[in-house]
Amino acid sequence: MIPLSWLLALSALLFCIGVVGVLVRRNALIIFMSIELMLNAANLAFVSFARHLGSLDGQVFVFFVMTVAAAEVAVGLAIIVNLFRLRETVFVDEINLLKG
Amino acid sequence: MMAALTALWQDPTVQLVFWTLVKLVVVLVVMLGIVAYLTYGERKVAGHIQHRPGPNRVGPWGLFQPIADILKLLMKEEFIPDQGNKVIFHLAPILAVVPALTTFAVVPVGPNFMVTDVNVGLLVFLAMSGLGVYAITLAGWSSNNKYSLLGGMRSAAQMISYELSLGLSTIGVLLLAGSLSLLDIVHAQQGVLQLGPLPLPRWFVFTQPVAFVIFVICAFAETNRAPFDLPEGESELTGGFHTEYASMKWAMFFLGEYMNMITISAITVTLFLGGWSGPWLPQSLQFVWFFVKLFAMIFLFMWVRWTFPRLRYDQLMALGWKVLLPVALLNVLATGAAVYWVGNR
Amino acid sequence: MIPILFLAFAAVLVVSSLLVILHRSPVASALFLVLAFCSLAAIYLLLHAEFIGLVQVVVYAGAIMVLFLFVIMYLNIGRDVESGVTILLRRALGWLLGAALLAEGALLLGRGVAPGPVAPEAVPAVAGNTQQVGLLLYSRYLFPFELTSIILLVAMIGAVMIARGRRDAGPAPGAGSPPAPPAGPEPNGPGTPEDAS
Repeated sequence: MIPLSWLLALSALLFCIGVVGVLVRRNALIIFMSIELMLNAANLAFVSFARHLGSLDGQVFVFFVMTVAAAEVAVGLAIIVNLFRLRETVFVDEINLLKG
Repeated sequence: MMAALTALWQDPTVQLVFWTLVKLVVVLVVMLGIVAYLTYGERKVAGHIQHRPGPNRVGPWGLFQPIADILKLLMKEEFIPDQGNKVIFHLAPILAVVPALTTFAVVPVGPNFMVTDVNVGLLVFLAMSGLGVYAITLAGWSSNNKYSLLGGMRSAAQMISYELSLGLSTIGVLLLAGSLSLLDIVHAQQGVLQLGPLPLPRWFVFTQPVAFVIFVICAFAETNRAPFDLPEGESELTGGFHTEYASMKWAMFFLGEYMNMITISAITVTLFLGGWSGPWLPQSLQFVWFFVKLFAMIFLFMWVRWTFPRLRYDQLMALGWKVLLPVALLNVLATGAAVYWVGNR
Repeated sequence: MIPILFLAFAAVLVVSSLLVILHRSPVASALFLVLAFCSLAAIYLLLHAEFIGLVQVVVYAGAIMVLFLFVIMYLNIGRDVESGVTILLRRALGWLLGAALLAEGALLLGRGVAPGPVAPEAVPAVAGNTQQVGLLLYSRYLFPFELTSIILLVAMIGAVMIARGRRDAGPAPGAGSPPAPPAGPEPNGPGTPEDAS
């Protein structure tokens, strides 16, 4: 049996790596990938609790999170493609037309 | 020293790992042998369909042709495009072969011949066929060549479109068998089904004909075989995603294609044609029936390739999304309703 | 044995996710993310969540990341070229905030973990993880299940409508314009969303 603290530590580490990715990178696609990392960190926490509490609700939640993440990726990438067509760039700091 | 080794040998975990490794090596060797002679078989079948003899010069009936081919491929010069991404260029052929081989870890070849029985075996197959998309996409992209890129992306789009109907058509089988484990699915096909005066084996090809047809069509599309081989045959001038690959790397792609073909045929046999069940043979030799059915399916693949014309890309996508997907969904609905109705009588 | 396997897969997971955010080339980042997802799936298998583990490979590694790769290749995005003081400041701030979050997490974990009470209903003992998840999904979580199907429908329609762009606006002019999409009917270009359920 894997200790719960190890699993939660891994989940926290993964989440922080995702946060750093969102804050540090300029490329919208890499930011998106970091968001996926964060979602997966949450999934890992759900599954580890499902295992340790002996209840399968955690796994059902992961199922829903995956579905919603898939939907979000589809729409998000469509938006990025459209943005690229207009502005010819995927770097988030160059999309600044509304800046005062 | 000897005492320590014997003690290690008695450990059940070590036993499990050792025998699993032995089974894996056997599977690998057998698969590679079959693939090598499949290339020969394909050329012979193609030849006879086209009213010509096929390879018959190298050895009796041309049986040493694969050896000649391998020797030639080993000695050809390797081309590596200068501007492309070299790491991914080398990675793509490996990715072509690995998923197909991995699926064989869960296919039941005989009553006791199985590397391992995972209780989600069918999902392992679907997962590996999903991972197979990467090889072609990355090959097309890393070649730094617009024909390769187009061929690679077309092929990837085709594969992910047909993956949907592939998965949906297996749900009918899943409903009837009640389990995702491939061993359970084979066990659920034992027995006899009385269709009026005709005794049929209880194979899912008879109780799920629509799903079988959809699965086979999607299998052709997943392996990029005719009539769906537009991504690799269309730019016949330039060869699609494997244009820039020479000698052994091209051989790996070829190997991967045949391996995929064998794997999907094996899964078709397991899901629809009763796995290793067959009359007249004792339990220990039942795996012979598996191989008979496997080669029959592979022959079907080859027969279809040399019979039908190639589908244009938009016809291909329209077929996948507008015809196969709704029919597969209706099949799931109908099977679910039938199972509920029969179960509640 | 199992903790050793867990540590191995966890190491692969952490290293590949670090490489996702650190590597210059977007394609390499995407491939490292695929590796991260596959090692996470292996960890799920170790946690006896077989269905979720394989669905992770099918959905995340097999569909979502393929979509990412498609978009990266379609937009022909090159390596990240960044320089300047503002970038360095922003990066330093980002790493600092991440480290602060990690320190917070470590502090909380250090206090000890006490899992709370179990869910009210025990799941009936049937064979296999998939059957159990299915029973739960279609009984207690039926309403969210139906809602996610609507979410997916909305996402499909939305993605197709957004990626189409306006009919009158052609492809963006200039040297960095994306290559022409592969031939085929309009809605089925490489940005077509995957129905991941």
